[in-house]
Amino acid sequence: MDVTLSVKRFNPDSDRPEVFYQDYQFEMSDSATVLDGLIKIREEIDGTLALRCSCRSAICGSCAMRVNGQAMLACNTKIKDVISKEDGKVVVEPAGNMEVIKDLVVDFQPFWDKVRAVDPWLKPEGPEPGPDHEYVADNDDMLDLAGPMACIMCGACVSDCTVLEVDDSFLGPAALAKAYRFVGDPRDGASQSRLGDLNEPGGIWDCTRCMMCVEVCPKGVDPMGRIMALRDQAMEAGYDKTYGARHATVFTEMVEHSGRVDELRLPLKTKGMFNIPEMIKLVPVGIRAQLRGKMPPIIHKKNPGQENVRRLFKKVEKD
Amino acid sequence: MKYAFYPGCVARGAAPELFQSTMEICKILGIELDYEPMRTASCTGSGILQEKNLRLADTLNARNLALAEKSGLPLMTICSTCQGVMSQANERLKADPEYLASINADLAEEGLEYRGTAELKHLLWALVEDVGLEKLKSLVVSPLTGFKAAPFYGCYLVRPTSALEFEAHPEREDSLEKVIEALGATVVDFPGKTACCGFPILTINEKNSMKMVANHTIDAKDRGADAMVTPCPLCHLNLDGFQPQAAKAAARPIDMPILHLPQMLGLALGIAPKALRLNNHIMSTKKMLSEVALSP
Repeated sequence: MDVTLSVKRFNPDSDRPEVFYQDYQFEMSDSATVLDGLIKIREEIDGTLALRCSCRSAICGSCAMRVNGQAMLACNTKIKDVISKEDGKVVVEPAGNMEVIKDLVVDFQPFWDKVRAVDPWLKPEGPEPGPDHEYVADNDDMLDLAGPMACIMCGACVSDCTVLEVDDSFLGPAALAKAYRFVGDPRDGASQSRLGDLNEPGGIWDCTRCMMCVEVCPKGVDPMGRIMALRDQAMEAGYDKTYGARHATVFTEMVEHSGRVDELRLPLKTKGMFNIPEMIKLVPVGIRAQLRGKMPPIIHKKNPGQENVRRLFKKVEKD
Repeated sequence: MKYAFYPGCVARGAAPELFQSTMEICKILGIELDYEPMRTASCTGSGILQEKNLRLADTLNARNLALAEKSGLPLMTICSTCQGVMSQANERLKADPEYLASINADLAEEGLEYRGTAELKHLLWALVEDVGLEKLKSLVVSPLTGFKAAPFYGCYLVRPTSALEFEAHPEREDSLEKVIEALGATVVDFPGKTACCGFPILTINEKNSMKMVANHTIDAKDRGADAMVTPCPLCHLNLDGFQPQAAKAAARPIDMPILHLPQMLGLALGIAPKALRLNNHIMSTKKMLSEVALSP
């Protein structure tokens, strides 16, 4: 098959460092991966192309990059699945949200710093088991942790995270999935303080639930699902004062009360009626909405048949 | 074409113009919306209830899906979030018969049972899959020639692709672009079209939320868009309702009109802008309407 790999290039050490796209056209077999194509370029066409790769088997996590705008492992992506039918092109760019060192190689230091920030090691509690024994964990608990443990730290989720795009202080999906792995470990004794740390700004509540990480993860880690689980665990552990926790609580109460959201009171109750500075900030929003006929009804009616929904709340919450 | 209609909270609250414009276009498209089956349906949980209690959220959605299934009609949503959240619940329920059976046990008291056969369709998908682009083109009386529209899907209508059944329906992936073109308008493509609008963190991290609004609206504007079009009222709330704050934070004027999908359709189908309530937006649509030779 005829293929054109259009590679985003950048070399800071060149005389005139600039970003440009270079097209490489060549023949590849139908079973070739994007990584096969890039290696062919480096070894046979243009030795100046920089990229990271190692195992070629989706195990080492070195070759995450953007293919046609979405993060994936180059070694795990067949050219024939991503090639444009119109012009035979595949666009290859470095992973996003990380600084480019050269061509397709990005700086992973902030990635490792954030993983490190969640203390990714076990902090067991109680006396150490004797020399002939080991810490014992329940099978079901470990099965649940198998998902996040499958993470190969490739950075695909970090590359495409929509929050990191606007705020590099966010811990991000990879580090938070790693945090879940230790909070959920039955042998760990530091869950309470871990959840307290994760409850801080830049932690679990800054995720927008955009599902980008879920979609691009090559290993089915479901980072966003882990972040949602951490939110639930944090609220259960008593960390229920953040706007995020209050929003979830007020929202849930509203659905139980009337079957739907009271859009007028949701922001007011989340921020707190006596939170004067925040209430003042909401005034122009309210005025604009009122002027444009967009103010939600002041009297919030409950849905017909709401008693059935309330019964389900009681039943499920009791179980 | 008849559907069990699930309007969602926002179309009945802060985005009445979405509700109104949907009614207007459905008359012309021959889409009959039946309110009765979903009259007692609840909120989908919007991804938030799922944080607190996934099983509870799945139970409420199983109830909603059972109501639609009982009517024998496909369920129509007009909100990316409602659609996505229900699709995800549907996927979980159908994948695990034991889980579904235990939830059905809770629904039995109301005489409901979900058998896993409900068909869920966002209006956008119904346009492409049920109405058909050819028929849609034939109904256009005021082609939107020269009108440059930037699509903005809303996360829940593009991810995760498995729950949204993109494999069985590959046309869903670029359905919004196809509809824009069918109306005679030009698509302004930009990377943010499938990104997050920032609404879910509006009350949690306003600074980040405003950066997202500014990034997307400015990007669309810089690429020459006359307006952005969205099938998600929550994206609309943030991109339209909070654009003044976003512009302030970005320290530059943006003035990007944000249209609900049925409003853009309505313009091409010859419905008066006022009937589509295009004057009910925070960001004025006047200049945009004068450019497509219409006035509000």
